[in-house]
Amino acid sequence: MSVNLLEVSHVSKSFGEVKALRGVNFYVQQNECVGLLGDNGAGKSTLIKIITGYHRPDPGGRIFFQGQPIEHLTVARARQMGIEAVYQEKALADQQALWRNVFMGREIATRLGVLDIRRMREETRRLMVERMGFTSAITPETMVRTMSGGERQGVAIVRALYFQAELIILDEPTMGLSVSETQKALDFIRGIKTAGKSCIFIDHNVFHVYPVVDRIVILDRGRVAGEFLRDRVTLDGLTQKLRLIAQRGSLNDFPVA
Amino acid sequence: MNRPSSRVDAGEPAAINAPAGAGLARFGRQHALQIGILAVALVIWIVFVIGAPSTFLSYDIYQAFMSTTPFFAVMALPLTLLVIAGEIDLSFPSVMAFGMTAFSFTLVYRGSLLLAFLAAEVAGGLAGLVNGVIVARWGIPSLVATIGTQFFWRGVVLVTTGGNGVSLLPTRETLFYTTMVGRVLGLIPAQMLWTIFMAVFMSLLLNRHRFGAHVYLVGDNIESARLMGVNVPQRKMLLFVIMGLAAAFAGLLVSLEVTYFWPTLGDGYLLTTIASVFLGGTSVFGGTGSTLGTFVACFIIGAINAGIVAIGLTGFWTQLIYGLIIVVSVTLQTVLSKKLT
Repeated sequence: MSVNLLEVSHVSKSFGEVKALRGVNFYVQQNECVGLLGDNGAGKSTLIKIITGYHRPDPGGRIFFQGQPIEHLTVARARQMGIEAVYQEKALADQQALWRNVFMGREIATRLGVLDIRRMREETRRLMVERMGFTSAITPETMVRTMSGGERQGVAIVRALYFQAELIILDEPTMGLSVSETQKALDFIRGIKTAGKSCIFIDHNVFHVYPVVDRIVILDRGRVAGEFLRDRVTLDGLTQKLRLIAQRGSLNDFPVA
Repeated sequence: MNRPSSRVDAGEPAAINAPAGAGLARFGRQHALQIGILAVALVIWIVFVIGAPSTFLSYDIYQAFMSTTPFFAVMALPLTLLVIAGEIDLSFPSVMAFGMTAFSFTLVYRGSLLLAFLAAEVAGGLAGLVNGVIVARWGIPSLVATIGTQFFWRGVVLVTTGGNGVSLLPTRETLFYTTMVGRVLGLIPAQMLWTIFMAVFMSLLLNRHRFGAHVYLVGDNIESARLMGVNVPQRKMLLFVIMGLAAAFAGLLVSLEVTYFWPTLGDGYLLTTIASVFLGGTSVFGGTGSTLGTFVACFIIGAINAGIVAIGLTGFWTQLIYGLIIVVSVTLQTVLSKKLT
């Protein structure tokens, strides 16, 4: 059996009195797309922020990447290893040019830090044509603020693909998108698997997650409450289970649609 | 004949091959800030030339501008980067005096100008580092933190000097003095060259270096900068340190020019310096700004006082016209940049 791409074992995370995660075990295989579902406050965001090195887990939890234990994970380290997160539009700088956004935090520069702006512009232009399918109205100098929601999401995803990420984490990539833009975003996600990479897809909307993933993990109040292979469960069955999980412990409705 | 430059790559977006007019329009949009401030400067200059041709067509007035404007321009330029990153520094007037205190003590007790210069810069850098730690590590808003340190460093200066000034007359006739505030070829004040050097350096740092790219990101969307692995506290601390170094340097220029160090040094520089940054088109919300804009704005601010007197109004008009120009041009910049993008 091949080694898991990512493995998180017994990871907990507290923020003061609040326990956001309680002993979570989670893994992603090579070339696998995992859907992560759960209510607000279930711990989805905390889990991915631990995987991306943004939060440090409480003592006792361990993270393995390609079989190697990872100590003191930082955002820069995670990106360097090939873990790339696509955070909704949150991670775009609105008033900056497209090329600055594509190379954000990872600028092409000499050893002294002098930017190679020409190359970053050219790479951006190439990506726009080859990967994003953008119209000619958008240039590498276009300010990101002026682009549509779907285009912005495309920038965030292509940015991750460009840097040869092994594991791409998508945090609610379809939020706020129109129907056609959602389709475009989902196509990007299918492209990740075609490219031989893995992904974690976090969303409220089970109808978006179900068609593109291999496996579904449901979080509830900081614990893994259920795990299903996509091929073994129907969409109806999954909706049913989500409802059950929500009912068993809390009165909150689960936002399935 | 093979002319590769004339071939059009089918994959290229059409915008690249757009007619020159569209390219000009795009250039205008991208540099609206700089073009706007240059236009304002040009209009004011024309008004002054028409109002007082004998003054504004002679070299003397420009030499005067080049000798006094650098005192705050060398601080307004690094302050521009700080404001782009979404922070502010109100402590620099006191840091000017703190740096000069270190300078004076070292000069009196050690007698070395070079050592005194280093002491001033170390003091300025230290004061900047303190601001940086309070803001970036402890998360205190810079507005509050630097009001506090402004009082603190002024207090340190007053306590250590006992409120007494130090004459710098012995520094005259030294190479150090000439390098700092001498008249190059008898025409150009050396501090003007320092200002140009500072402007070029800050512009390159902001636009051609990774550090500057991160300054923009931190000011535009600090959360995304963190998520993308930018070391936000370190970037901010470095900005405050640069600001402290520049303030100490400015304090030195001012004191050498008048060959005297007053413990009240820096009073009166706070608002002109900050006004130059905002007049230059740097956004108070962070994320956008221009060093060229600040550079030009400094000379607008620096010229108004002399200009108003020269065209025959009393000095009482100065503040009124300052206010008018700042409000009108900042409003124009905001309205235009919304329209154009």
